[in-house]
Amino acid sequence: MSGYPRWKIVLVAVVLLVGILLALPNLYGEDNALQLARDRAAIVDADRVSVLKLLEDKGITPNGAFIDQGRLTLRFSSKQDQLKARDVIGDARHDEFTIALSQASKVPEWMRNLGLAPVKLGLDLRGGVYLVYQVDIQGAVKQLLDHDEQDFRASLRNAHVTYQDVRVDYALNRVRVLFRDADAFDKGKAAILADNRNMVLTDTTVDGAPALDLVLTPELIRERQTSAVQQNIIILRNRLNSPELAVSEPQVAQEGVDRIAIQLPGLQNSAEVKKILGKTATLEFRMVDESNNPLEAAATGRVPLGSKLYYTRNKQPVLLKRDVVVTGDQLTDASFQPNTQDGAAVSVGLDSRGAAKMLKNTQENIGHLMAVVFIDRSREKNAQGVDVDRTTEEVINQATIRGVFSNNFQITGVNPIEGRELALLLRAGGLAAPLTPVEERAIGPSLGQDNIDKGRDAMVYGMLAAFIFMAIYFKVFGLIADMALAANVVLLTALLSYFGAALTLPGIAAVVLTVGMAVDANILIYERIREELRNGVSPRAAISAGFDHAWSAIFDSNITALIAGVVLWSFGSGAIRGFAVVLVLGIFTSVFTSVMGSRALVQVIYGGKRKLERLSI
Amino acid sequence: MEFFHKVTRFPFMNTRKVWYGLSAVLILGSFVLVAVRHLNLGVDFTGGVVVETNFTQPPNIESLREALAQAGVGGAQVQAFGSSRDILVRLPPDPNAKGEQIGARIQDIFAKTDSGVKLQRTEVVGPQVGQELFLKGAWALVATLVLILIYVLFRFTPKLALGAIFAVLHDPICVVGFFALSQITFDLTAISAILAVIGYSLNDTVIVFDRIRERARAARRLTISQVIDESINQTLSRTLMTKLVTLLVVVALLIFGGETLHGFSAALVIGIIAGTYSSIYISSALALDLGLRNDDLLERKLTKPEEIDGLP
Repeated sequence: MSGYPRWKIVLVAVVLLVGILLALPNLYGEDNALQLARDRAAIVDADRVSVLKLLEDKGITPNGAFIDQGRLTLRFSSKQDQLKARDVIGDARHDEFTIALSQASKVPEWMRNLGLAPVKLGLDLRGGVYLVYQVDIQGAVKQLLDHDEQDFRASLRNAHVTYQDVRVDYALNRVRVLFRDADAFDKGKAAILADNRNMVLTDTTVDGAPALDLVLTPELIRERQTSAVQQNIIILRNRLNSPELAVSEPQVAQEGVDRIAIQLPGLQNSAEVKKILGKTATLEFRMVDESNNPLEAAATGRVPLGSKLYYTRNKQPVLLKRDVVVTGDQLTDASFQPNTQDGAAVSVGLDSRGAAKMLKNTQENIGHLMAVVFIDRSREKNAQGVDVDRTTEEVINQATIRGVFSNNFQITGVNPIEGRELALLLRAGGLAAPLTPVEERAIGPSLGQDNIDKGRDAMVYGMLAAFIFMAIYFKVFGLIADMALAANVVLLTALLSYFGAALTLPGIAAVVLTVGMAVDANILIYERIREELRNGVSPRAAISAGFDHAWSAIFDSNITALIAGVVLWSFGSGAIRGFAVVLVLGIFTSVFTSVMGSRALVQVIYGGKRKLERLSI
Repeated sequence: MEFFHKVTRFPFMNTRKVWYGLSAVLILGSFVLVAVRHLNLGVDFTGGVVVETNFTQPPNIESLREALAQAGVGGAQVQAFGSSRDILVRLPPDPNAKGEQIGARIQDIFAKTDSGVKLQRTEVVGPQVGQELFLKGAWALVATLVLILIYVLFRFTPKLALGAIFAVLHDPICVVGFFALSQITFDLTAISAILAVIGYSLNDTVIVFDRIRERARAARRLTISQVIDESINQTLSRTLMTKLVTLLVVVALLIFGGETLHGFSAALVIGIIAGTYSSIYISSALALDLGLRNDDLLERKLTKPEEIDGLP
């Protein structure tokens, strides 16, 4: 046994020290906190100072205030202070900040700078909302076809080509352009190809007249579907991260092929967030048809050619030109202005294409009326449980063009609540495909705390039972095993903290189970040592033989558990993953501590003795 | 302290017919229970709505049920969840159910009975998702079994492997039978428990087999039946001891872990007991009846991975 290499003892010591350091942040606990964010601008140190001054005047002293990623976090020692501070800041600087209630770790600055953080708690432990959305990937393809149809019409119109119709067939993934004669066909095809360089079009004839087909290839459809999911994830993330919503630490991730899972820790009521997430609101700018009477069109139902009938908020009919000046996807920026001289407004910025069109349009139409149309698409189930898309189109504003403008302007006529929402939606971009909620789990904060308490109790009592049992049964060696078990829990905590894996209630169960399983390895070893001693082997040789012979059995029995753990991990779904992650990590830490760790400890305790006559086992 | 100071000499192999009979009863019983009583599938698998509420006073469940029916919430199951003040409402899948609304609605209805009622948890699972989760769970079970099977075939001689595979199948079947018997909700955590049982149940069998292999080489004069008996007896103390400690911690989970972990811990308790039983009484006996001979264990070279052997 004196042959036991020293470097292994050193390795165990180093691993343990690193483990303790990584696990350390978990001892600090959390404070009630406020998170302040500002609409479209980062919070700077001057804000921090002024907010602290404001609180100080009201007799509230936060435990800490730091800025991270443009958000200010304020920590308070009590829930009362937290709520009071929210009201104080909310009253004094209402228009400036959005305020979210959250929890902030009490980990000191230097640890946070080292990247050390406590274990993240899963939603079942801290409360919050878990949402899963189904992405309508069929809808994404439909949108693509609609887009192509619009494009074709625009190209033909701009080239002054006469055509019969442009038809979309969703079932065949096809857009078909119908022409009257060969001449129009040639011109039209050239115009479309000029605008869409790499498009593959097929010539055909329908009822004796020439026609042009665009058929989406399976690759193109698949590509569109994956990109729709990806794009929706980005857009949902943008929406959730916008200060208007005041959600702290939202997580958005793809689940399976066409699902998106969202975790919103600490959130109580999902209604507002869900309203925003599923929305596809956008704007369109159109010129007003001033030469026809909208009241007459509404009454007779006969809408003049080239115009379309809309209604304003007050249910007044308006006739707008069919040609769109600028659409919502050409918007690059939007922000809400609560107090302009015309009331609440949304400032928008246009991309270069949109700006050029707007410039041309305003130059040509000074003195004429331009309208802003608000379009909101929502998806609902009808009485039969079938999804129905509902589109609301409203004219929110009509104004005379008084001067030339291009990329930056304001839209008035919005009410304050929807203005804020509209700015958010315009800025985050439109969804690439409609979303339907398919799963929702909301856990209240008191249930979370309850789960934490129960998990902790189970862990403490379970481990205590194992500890006492081992100490009684194996005496000194039992205590060694107990230390290995404790080290196992420390290392497991360290790994969970380091990887940022969320601890759930099933995860706590896995910790407890790991402790039970880790005992197994030590019992195998010690029983083997006892056996060797019974056969009259010397204590030193018995220790070596015990550790050596038990190893293959320990290896085998952990491999099978590892297989089950890895399959569970790949299963993916929330609660199960929480269990699997801890199980898999726990297998590694328990083998390390109970084999290598306890061997090193035995060496430290018995290795120095010259003559070893008895073992306390 | 030791359970058995001297190595025991229980005649496991001579009495094996009795244990086969007991196992057959357990397995057949489990199948019958699942067929007759069915599993009480959780909302994870059926889809639907679960709302957990907390009352200030234990309410009368019957009157809550009536209140829901009167308010037009149809098909609701109302039951106590853990304590008598925690009430769980389960609704069948409804395409129009919106999580935040159904929770608030039930809270409003219950508030007429107890104004201090709190909404603890709302879960809405679409029927499609439920079906998929069920399939995924089944797939995970099959995948684990197949992978462990491959490992066992690679690790042991074919006859021992078959004994081990039987043990691996035996234990989860007993657990599923227990779920059918107790009508404890079978949900995603139950699946994790079953997978943990599968992963864990081979543990003892592997250790007994290891010993059989070792003894067969060391004591060549003994018949295979004697070798097996001796090996099981020699490892008995260790088997019972580890299972006892594991049971201790799992029972702690069962008692203190709360209602959410109840099914999970119960499954583990049953699985561990079944696993201990099958590894002592069944798996080696099966290998014997499959015609295991000393030679099977001698000829084959150990596939023990030597490089990891030096780790401790």
